[in-house]
Amino acid sequence: MHEMSLAEGIRSTVIEQAQAQGFARVTRVRLEIGRFAGVEKPALEFAFDVVMRGSPAEGAELQMIDLPGRALCYDCVAEVEIDDRLDPCPRCGGGKLMPQGGDEMRIKDMEVL
Amino acid sequence: MCTVCGCSDGPKIDGKAHAHSHANAHPHTHDHGHAHHHAHGHDHNHAHDHHHYGTGDAGVTVPGMTQERLISVESDILAKNNIHAASNRRVLDALQSFAVNLVSSPGSGKTTLLCKTIAALGDHPLAVIEGDQQTSNDADRIRATGARAVQVNTGKGCHLDGHMVGHAMDDLRLSAHSLLFIENVGNLVCPAAFDLGEDAKVAILSVTEGEDKPLKYPDMFTAATVAVLNKTDLAPHCDADLDAYEANLRRVNPDITVLRVSARTGEGMDTWLDWLRAGLAGKARA
Repeated sequence: MHEMSLAEGIRSTVIEQAQAQGFARVTRVRLEIGRFAGVEKPALEFAFDVVMRGSPAEGAELQMIDLPGRALCYDCVAEVEIDDRLDPCPRCGGGKLMPQGGDEMRIKDMEVL
Repeated sequence: MCTVCGCSDGPKIDGKAHAHSHANAHPHTHDHGHAHHHAHGHDHNHAHDHHHYGTGDAGVTVPGMTQERLISVESDILAKNNIHAASNRRVLDALQSFAVNLVSSPGSGKTTLLCKTIAALGDHPLAVIEGDQQTSNDADRIRATGARAVQVNTGKGCHLDGHMVGHAMDDLRLSAHSLLFIENVGNLVCPAAFDLGEDAKVAILSVTEGEDKPLKYPDMFTAATVAVLNKTDLAPHCDADLDAYEANLRRVNPDITVLRVSARTGEGMDTWLDWLRAGLAGKARA
């Protein structure tokens, strides 16, 4: 549900950048989304389409780049990459993993006219 | 520099300064499908011979052509929220006050825990921000204890954000060395992402919710510093396995502090109050 709020955040950045950098239209927005960011991509795509209406990014393409989920294994003390929050440690099989990043939600760049 | 289309030397068109306003309408219906992504390998038949002004990020400037450019943004989607949260945090630090963001599913007993906590804290300075989609029922319950409370109704919103909390804090006019309780909208998903400026997120989980709840909603329990396992007085009546709750909490967050509490009977309340007082003392030292 908070994908609407995320889209609002993108919209306000788009409008700010349009004023600061002087462009009228955005054709593409690229986001970096961590695997543990809790972002439902189809929901964000839908929200993006709706929320960008009337802004310079109306009709813009939305691209989401996945960033890996990293976690610290408390058993073997290694930083490992995992796909799912509940995956065991790929090195030692341990189950005590503390996420270290992977919760990124960033606007990387925009292609503008 | 022309800031409208990013060219470096402000070309003149028809003797006028290049002042076409992209702000109004200007839909740029290019009939070529945006196929030339800065490659400059395009073979458009325009007469002039390729005076490309900006070959870097600022892009190209050939009037009448598509002028795409890439703008590096590199900012958090929630940057605005984070600015509000940082401002709230500065206010709290200056007041040496300790704020907890109480997050849970609806019905975990947040408001009852708060009412009992307020009663147990006596005349300690504190205030409450109540977040709900609708009604002021919770703030009314808090005010009935004598504590100051502001109700924030989010409407359709599924979480409190830093901006809402900042305004609520303005209204509360916290005194120094206060405890601030922020009762978030009952929702185990969305509030995890929104920093309010709090010192700690406290997740409340009642023993009727199922031992695997932390596994189903890991993000919130990972973001939390403390989990209050509430309604422990009901555990025998619903075959709740408290150790399984704790094991699952630690599986998603090995650092989490788990406090077993029954707000109703008062069991475990002392440890919870000690944790709050320690947090407040930590702010005074900082």
